[in-house]
Amino acid sequence: MDAMTFDLGAERLRDVNRTLHRLKNGRARLKNPNGKHSVAAGLRSPLSVVVNGHCGYYAAGMNQLADVIIEGNAGVGVAENMMSGSVRVHGNASQSAGATAHGGLLVITGDAAARCGISMKGADIVVGGSIGHMSAFMAQAGRLVVRGDAGEALGDSIYEARLYVRGKVASLGADCIAKDMLAEHHTELRDLLDRAGFPDDDTADYTRYGSARQLYHFNAGNEY
Amino acid sequence: MRESATFNRNAIAEIQRAARTGVYDIRGWGAKRPLPHFDDLLFLGASMSRYPLEGYRESCGTDVVLGGRNASSPIHIDIPVTIAGMSFGALSAQAKEALGRGASAMGTSTTTGDGGMTPEERGQSQHLVYQYLPSRYGMNPDDLRRADAIEIVLGQGAKPGGGGMLLGQKINSRVAKMRTLPEGIDQRSACRHPDWTGPDDLTIKIQELREITDWEKPIYVKVGASRTYYDVKLAVHAGADVVVVDGMQGGTAATQDVFIENVGIPTLAAIPQAVQALQELGVHRQGATGVQLIVSGGIRTGADVAKALALGADAVAIGTAALIALGDNDPRWNAEYEALGSAAGFYDDFQDGRDPAGITTQDPALAARLDPIEGGRRLANYLRVLTMEAQTIARACGKAHVTHLEPEDLVAITIEAAAMARVPLAGTSWIPGS
Ligand SMILES: Cc1cc2nc3c(=O)[nH]c(=O)nc-3n(C[C@H](O)[C@H](O)[C@H](O)COP(=O)(O)O)c2cc1C
Repeated sequence: MDAMTFDLGAERLRDVNRTLHRLKNGRARLKNPNGKHSVAAGLRSPLSVVVNGHCGYYAAGMNQLADVIIEGNAGVGVAENMMSGSVRVHGNASQSAGATAHGGLLVITGDAAARCGISMKGADIVVGGSIGHMSAFMAQAGRLVVRGDAGEALGDSIYEARLYVRGKVASLGADCIAKDMLAEHHTELRDLLDRAGFPDDDTADYTRYGSARQLYHFNAGNEY
Repeated sequence: MRESATFNRNAIAEIQRAARTGVYDIRGWGAKRPLPHFDDLLFLGASMSRYPLEGYRESCGTDVVLGGRNASSPIHIDIPVTIAGMSFGALSAQAKEALGRGASAMGTSTTTGDGGMTPEERGQSQHLVYQYLPSRYGMNPDDLRRADAIEIVLGQGAKPGGGGMLLGQKINSRVAKMRTLPEGIDQRSACRHPDWTGPDDLTIKIQELREITDWEKPIYVKVGASRTYYDVKLAVHAGADVVVVDGMQGGTAATQDVFIENVGIPTLAAIPQAVQALQELGVHRQGATGVQLIVSGGIRTGADVAKALALGADAVAIGTAALIALGDNDPRWNAEYEALGSAAGFYDDFQDGRDPAGITTQDPALAARLDPIEGGRRLANYLRVLTMEAQTIARACGKAHVTHLEPEDLVAITIEAAAMARVPLAGTSWIPGS
């Protein structure tokens, strides 16, 4: 089936989004996003959507079921609170990529800025490059894979999310520690890298980080 | 014997408690210290220069439309009293359902809370406001679409600048699953939103929520009262359709006592600041094109409702009073309150999960004590009384609608209240500071 084409330079964003919200399936191409915010936000059915160009904040926000490809950079909060489906950014992403996302797969081929995966609740995020500070802050569930380096305070106050980093970690946040890579971790990391399009990475080059679970109970020793 | 005013019995008990336990006190309820409040205001009924309306006979409207500025489906409530956001987790599922039932019976709205939307409350709530909080626990776009309005929470009056907490004893498997957390841990709700910072970002966030819901739903912004004049201006600039201002007396499910008692400003001081901000932006009481103001924090009676409206609120929200109406702190449970070291009328350990009235608990046996139908009936009764009381006062001031009450109908009986509420001290024309 041919893709429907929308020109965000000419059509109103809210009309384009509303049309996409009503489609049950099919393919769509969005041209000239020109840094607009909330491009392809709130999709709720198994569509394939390609965005040709750079997006502003909250591109593909709260995505459900759709597969979205952004051929360009993405602003703050790409795929924030995604529930399912996938979002692939062929470029870099700004702050809070995949924030609070409950499910689905977010792939960023370039770098992601601060707070990548903040408060994530079950999604999988794979970053081709490096991520900024305070990433995976209060991350509750899901997996974050970083092929490059991680900035300061990685995984501060983390709950049960699992983090895999290949490069250097500038510093770990409160209650986040390095953990052993067991067979099950190599298996899940292998699967994530394959699905994200990085089949040549060796999982042995990665370190796993997660919660020391020392902040799980409020007590006098918590230093807060 | 002479009690020290400085080291009074509360101060002494707190030093002793701190020395014994080594942790700060966490509790529910709101500020307990005396503060200038609605009690310090009086109405000037009609006489020679004003014409009153007849008792309960002549009509005095009470309905309010919220959020018509941008939303294609604004909320039309029949009474100017709404139920504030209280989380499932803090409250039992039965309590949430009872709130929905009581509110719906009176044609008003209820609000979710930190922890997502339950089918019980959606099913029983005619108008349901969905809170969008920093924690984003249970945040689901399907629920966003199921909601009748969206309330972005920046803070609460009990704890402006503070996040939330829910202690492990209340994290049972259902609560844990809704929040994607391990069972039984003490959880922190974030104090900052994860994907925006500052008012410019909030503008973009509001646009996103509108895009996702096809511009149908009113969007509220809730702030704890502190720099209220600026916060309200910024919220309106960011695109809020409704601003909710919660004063420091506002209730909470679990916050540090030191925070509840020492951070934020009283409801009375916040309302005129909010109204001034809305007036300067030309959106106060402007009907469908205006921005509505909802005020909460210490609303107990129809007089409080009428005073809040006279100062410029379009509606009020209640939390603590709604719980009391459901049966919280009922003397019939006194023996059990005493066994917990409290008493009926004093119980504030909402964080503790052992509420004898079965409201602030996740214990199935305790929660089963609250019948949602009976609770809903009691809440509806209470809301009816609040409304009739507010109407009584409005009629006496000659108003055919409760929102026609105005600051000119009020005087203050203390200098503090006169200065904060910006109404004259009774018997004078003096408004301190103006
Ligand atoms: C048990 C309880 C739980 C609450 N939970 C929330 C919440 O989840 N989100 C929120 O914005 N406010 C919450 N609040 C605050 C109320 O929404 C409201 O601001 C406050 O109760 C109003 O003041 P009042 O209790 O004096 O009526 C809670 C209050 C109580 C008493």
